[in-house]
Amino acid sequence: MGEFKVHRVRFFNYVPVGIRCVAHNHQSNKLAVSRVDGSIEIYNLAANSFQEKFFPGHEGRSTEAVCWAKGQRLFGAGLGGDIIEYDLEQLSVKYSVDGFGGPIWSMAADPSGSYLAVGCEDGSVKLFHVTPDKIQLERTLERQKGRILSLSWHPSGTHIAAGSIDYIAVLDVNSGSTTQKMLMDKRHPGSQRRRCVVWGVAFLSDGTVVSTDSAGMVQFWDSETGTLVQTHPLASSDALSIAVAEKEDSMVVGTAEGTVFHFQLIPSRSDSKQSRWVRTKPFQHHTHDVRSVAHSPTALISGGVDAHLVIRPLMEKVEVKSYDAALRKVTFPHRRLISCAKKVQLLLFQFPQRLELWRLGDTDAAGKNEDILPLSRNAEHLLQLKKKGPENICCSCISPCGSWIAYSTASRFYLYRMNYENNSVSIKRVSKVPKFLNSTLQILFSADSTKLFVASNQGSLHAVQLSEGALKHLHTFHPQSGTLEAMPLLAVSPDGNWLAAAGMSSGVSIYDLKHLKPHCTVPAYNFPVTALAIAPDTNNLVIAHSDQQIFEFSIPQKQYTDWSRKVQKHGLHYLWLERDTPITHITFHPKRPTHILLHDTYMFCIIDKSMPLPDDKTPLFNQLSLREASENVRRRHAHAFKISKKFQPLLFMDLLDEGTLVAVERPLEDIIAQLPPPIKRKKFGT
Amino acid sequence: MVAEENLRVVRSGGSKLNFRRAVFSADSKYLFCVSGDFVKVFSTATEGCMYVLQGHSNLVTGIQLNPQNHLQLYSCSLDGTVKLWDFIDGILIKTFVVGCKLYAFFAPVHLEDSVFIIINKEIPDGFQLASLKLPKSPSQEVEAKELSFVLDYINQSPKCTAFGREGQYVVAARDLYLSVYFFKKKKTFRFSLPSGNKKNCNNIFTCVACHPKEDCIATGHQDGRIRLWRNFNDNKNYTYTSLHWHHDVVMDLAFSIEGTSLLSGGRESVLVEWRGGIEKNKEFLPRLGGTIEHISASPGGDLFCTSHSDNKIMIIHRNLEVSAIIQGLVKDSVVNTGLMIDPRTKALVMNGKPGHLQFYSLQNDKQLYNLDIVQQEYINDPGLVHIELMKAAFSSQGKWLATVEQRHEKDAELELQMKLWEFNEQQQGFILNTRINMPHEDHVTALCFSDTENSETPTLVTTSKDGHFKVWILTDDSDIYKQAVGWTCDFVGSYHNYQATNCCFSEDESLLAVSFEEIITIWDSATWELKCTFCQRPGKIKNLCFGRQTCCRYLLGTTEKSFLCCWNLLTCALEWSVQLNVRVLEPDPNSDNIAAVSWSSGGSDLFVFKPSEPRPLCIQKSICREKVQCAVFVPRDVPESFISEDYQWLNKSQFYFLNESQDLMTFSTKSPEEKLTPSSKQLIAEESLPTTPFYFLMGKHRRQQETNPNEMMANELVYHPSAEDIPAISELLQTPAHVLPSASFLCSMFVNSLLISKGTKSAEEIPDDIEMENEKATDDSDEENDLSEKIQNATNDTVTGDEIIPQLSKTQEKELRKLRKVDYSWMCSL
Repeated sequence: MGEFKVHRVRFFNYVPVGIRCVAHNHQSNKLAVSRVDGSIEIYNLAANSFQEKFFPGHEGRSTEAVCWAKGQRLFGAGLGGDIIEYDLEQLSVKYSVDGFGGPIWSMAADPSGSYLAVGCEDGSVKLFHVTPDKIQLERTLERQKGRILSLSWHPSGTHIAAGSIDYIAVLDVNSGSTTQKMLMDKRHPGSQRRRCVVWGVAFLSDGTVVSTDSAGMVQFWDSETGTLVQTHPLASSDALSIAVAEKEDSMVVGTAEGTVFHFQLIPSRSDSKQSRWVRTKPFQHHTHDVRSVAHSPTALISGGVDAHLVIRPLMEKVEVKSYDAALRKVTFPHRRLISCAKKVQLLLFQFPQRLELWRLGDTDAAGKNEDILPLSRNAEHLLQLKKKGPENICCSCISPCGSWIAYSTASRFYLYRMNYENNSVSIKRVSKVPKFLNSTLQILFSADSTKLFVASNQGSLHAVQLSEGALKHLHTFHPQSGTLEAMPLLAVSPDGNWLAAAGMSSGVSIYDLKHLKPHCTVPAYNFPVTALAIAPDTNNLVIAHSDQQIFEFSIPQKQYTDWSRKVQKHGLHYLWLERDTPITHITFHPKRPTHILLHDTYMFCIIDKSMPLPDDKTPLFNQLSLREASENVRRRHAHAFKISKKFQPLLFMDLLDEGTLVAVERPLEDIIAQLPPPIKRKKFGT
Repeated sequence: MVAEENLRVVRSGGSKLNFRRAVFSADSKYLFCVSGDFVKVFSTATEGCMYVLQGHSNLVTGIQLNPQNHLQLYSCSLDGTVKLWDFIDGILIKTFVVGCKLYAFFAPVHLEDSVFIIINKEIPDGFQLASLKLPKSPSQEVEAKELSFVLDYINQSPKCTAFGREGQYVVAARDLYLSVYFFKKKKTFRFSLPSGNKKNCNNIFTCVACHPKEDCIATGHQDGRIRLWRNFNDNKNYTYTSLHWHHDVVMDLAFSIEGTSLLSGGRESVLVEWRGGIEKNKEFLPRLGGTIEHISASPGGDLFCTSHSDNKIMIIHRNLEVSAIIQGLVKDSVVNTGLMIDPRTKALVMNGKPGHLQFYSLQNDKQLYNLDIVQQEYINDPGLVHIELMKAAFSSQGKWLATVEQRHEKDAELELQMKLWEFNEQQQGFILNTRINMPHEDHVTALCFSDTENSETPTLVTTSKDGHFKVWILTDDSDIYKQAVGWTCDFVGSYHNYQATNCCFSEDESLLAVSFEEIITIWDSATWELKCTFCQRPGKIKNLCFGRQTCCRYLLGTTEKSFLCCWNLLTCALEWSVQLNVRVLEPDPNSDNIAAVSWSSGGSDLFVFKPSEPRPLCIQKSICREKVQCAVFVPRDVPESFISEDYQWLNKSQFYFLNESQDLMTFSTKSPEEKLTPSSKQLIAEESLPTTPFYFLMGKHRRQQETNPNEMMANELVYHPSAEDIPAISELLQTPAHVLPSASFLCSMFVNSLLISKGTKSAEEIPDDIEMENEKATDDSDEENDLSEKIQNATNDTVTGDEIIPQLSKTQEKELRKLRKVDYSWMCSL
């Protein structure tokens, strides 16, 4: 594996933003997650829960509800009062429509997906018709007293249950009138009379309305008669969210204590039809409020203030015990938030609201393996760049020489020229930025820092020549065959001749930068690309996919390399395939052409292509045990995958020079320390 | 009088009532519980024991109502038989001989003519659930060998096996596995839980219960969790809900009869009711006193009962109120105090619940009374060091009780407290009179009272390891009214700073013997002067006692080096000594006998001797295998008269002893057959029914009816035996219909019984007459007045029923016949 001096960076003060709502699309098995800052992430559950798409947040846009309609169209609504449709191909906002009912608290699509019901602050439920290119206000249902906090359609689409403060109303969609009003019990366990907030409702096909409220109850109501059928007291604090499986045999409830409860419809006798909702298992994967839950056919999904997205598979629904059967906890984004100027040892950290530039520390000492070296010069915070305008930062990059910094929001592109000499930093914005750069998804500098490559949301790639005073547009590569899908992953070859770009479904395209023309495309693969990089000298493109497969594609030869074919033929180790998080960064050793360095959140790996591949019987993580072993044993057991799990959770790792690594860690404890205190619960024995 | 049999050691009651779940009768009037080799029938209303169903020759391991006839009860035992009882009359109906040890018994309602038993075959830990077909045969004793195995490798305890709704399935849990067998499908499902290597997680199953109406299984676990399993007819879709309140093992679970609530209990001594299987909906019945070991619900749904580790059954009303407590002898603690007899009640007194002194009636096998000595809340948690009741002693009349309690935590100072309790006649209980903190510097080793009727001041002597013995006397307390009395220390004695180990007063209480390690010192109790010392080296003195009655001049002592010595107090010399490893030395207060129980590797032997005679009265070899902890002589209410010399020592007192496994044993001369036959089938259930206002009304009426015919008979001088007096009729009326022979057979017997046989009657009359005349001659005239009054009363028709005893009706007849003669003359004189 070789020995490295490692900069262990822990000053990346990143705190993931709390999750506000999750929505599962049964058709495509994708999950939309909206966060408190208004950003939306799309996870592909079919592809090992890879975070495929990302919409940056916006200060004036807090998303209170997201839902899927008309197949795979995604709508969001929030306290801004607008309904927004997101363009999932171009990764941008398609349009926004004012609801004219004040802040929107809830939104639900009808079972066919052609109508959206929106619950507003003024107590009205508005019905929008989803037309192929827009949405149109159809009607406003009978106005209620108090804001509509939760909505649920009856599976037949004729009625809507609307949860408000102290009551649930059942509305007839056709006539627009209220057919039933169910009042909540206001007698709280506490002595004070408090209002009972209905945080969530679910309308079942047999006419039962299930509600979760601020008293911590899950209540089953008969919507025909408006009577309470069943009560399950769950928690002393609020029960915040509810989601029902499509088959209506199971549902999930999230509470403010961080517990997620599973309810199942269970026949009370094996031989009779009669069945009953039973609370079965509680899951405590969160420490804070579970703001939103979703029920996929095979898993319970929950997210909350502690920013973890938890995907808990239902064991009985999983056919084979495989990768899908494991609990998944997504905490860190699958995007790159950190870029590194290798030559001057600068790190650029991207936060939603700002950028931070740090210079790495230095040491003169040398030590043995595992030694902690004393710093002769501490790491230094050089610069903080605050974003301008209400939009959050979408992507950023620092050039390898450290003289250029570029970042982009959803609608603006910013490029700075930076001068760093004798510990003083001066920065100057490049003012004349071409217009076509204004909707940027990804930014990349060439290895010699003379060129800038930008992926726009139209699917095209722009190459720009950087010079002291101005930018010179070199070329725009347009996507082939008219698709408009964005290409959020870029890689450029160190010699500057090749550019590779990957979209989520269109595969990897390779462009010839010398001749400014498309070179070829890599054969399509079912799973999205999570990282790609071009090796120096050989110009081999290494691609990591979300199913943890690794391909090596020779650009000059336009084919997979022999090693890649060997890997495919041999198959990867099962432990490698069962890893939780995707590979987010690939790099190469300048002196050892057979080495590929890559990492995910929980491990760092060097693949030595010259070594034999491990089979399922050999232990994959044998680095530590081999170190003590004799030479003979070491030779026999050594294999191509050299894995280190020393740095966890690892957000970024790169090779600065031949013997120096930089690793950016973000310990979970530091994140928890920055969260608000959780609801205090009495623990027995304390 | 009694046919002299061999003297046998028998268990004397006090057996565990909490060994298995108690069972309610269908109408919830009776409660059945196993008790050693017997089954006891209690009335749920009065707590009284109504019958003891005797017949098994080994431990009874399971009882259940006959699902086909709810007036019958099945019981199974380690002796390999299943017996069917009629519990209303306490009659054994049938015995099914299975032939192997039966560990548990189940008779599910919906599975006819087969019952289930847990047996053990071959492997020591391999218990199996087998179904047993009970053959239908008219004979009393039937062989039942038709076994078919249902589940293998199950838990021995019947708590871990349960039958589901309508007998459709059976559930058995063991370790981390739950097996469910469906009878219809003939299919077994097996579910397992992870072993739980996490902290506070121990998934081992401890008990199982099935919902009576739904497909739901409740299981209790080692870590206090309760799981409600559902969908268990599917290996994959099964699911469970967990309920967690208990912090320690869930000992037992029971569903209410409709299944709406689940009851659970454990070491916390709190009965928890889970309503609707929802974790937040729970009710508690706390402070039940001891670990809940079993819970059962009555078929009527109105009562629950819990069995506790302190040998107690609590009957609890549906609204979680305790309605009755059936308390047996508490045996789960170390008997520090030894066995004592309360002079007032003649009850056996010993350590009971932690910090309590229990008064146990040997005759009724029932705890009479529990005296809280320590008066502190007991927290049931291992690792806590509690205050222990170490010593107790009664004064000879039972007016005073002295107790010593101590708390000795490691590396902490010893806490000692002596309490003196006075018996209060009004409250009929012991009232704390004096509390003495740290009566000694070190452990108190012995205490004894001197309190004869004539002595003014009762005296208490305590000895301690600190080398002193102290004399405490009752004095006026410093109260201006001079009414309060209290105990103060009067004298402190010591001998060369040796540890004082025993003390004992002579019978006339003029002398006090105190042993200091190897030396016995004799003190004059009037002046507290050291009179003389005895020493028999080597070995420290273990027991010490004076002889009684004719042998009061002897002092007996045993040493650690296996010597029993007898000193003559008149000569101050060793009278005799014998090498014997005596563990217990106990004088009989009613005679001059002394019992010594010795122990050798072969077992315990009993020697009864008089100190004056070298030859023991009785030697009883190997009375039990284990060591004997303590023993006591209990005075008999009615002296027996054994003629045989060997048993004469048992005439006035009975000898009880407690061995190390806490079995209370005694000696009996009755043959085992005699003991086993139901002594009285005539006990009528009604007698122990509660005295309701209705009973007062109807009972009185009936009694009047009973007495009136007697009166009439007396007047008419014709003897009509009442229905109850004729055995044939009473048998006919009191025997349940299902055990009666055919009516045609009974008819002739019945008619015969109504006929009055004259020949025999006259033959009986003649000797009676003579006797009566003799008696009459010695009687004075008072009785005549009585009788005349009676006649007057008879005309008024108000007669107190208890003066007329039906058996005496013939003699009364004679008297009256004579009286009539006298009566005329008396009338004339008037």
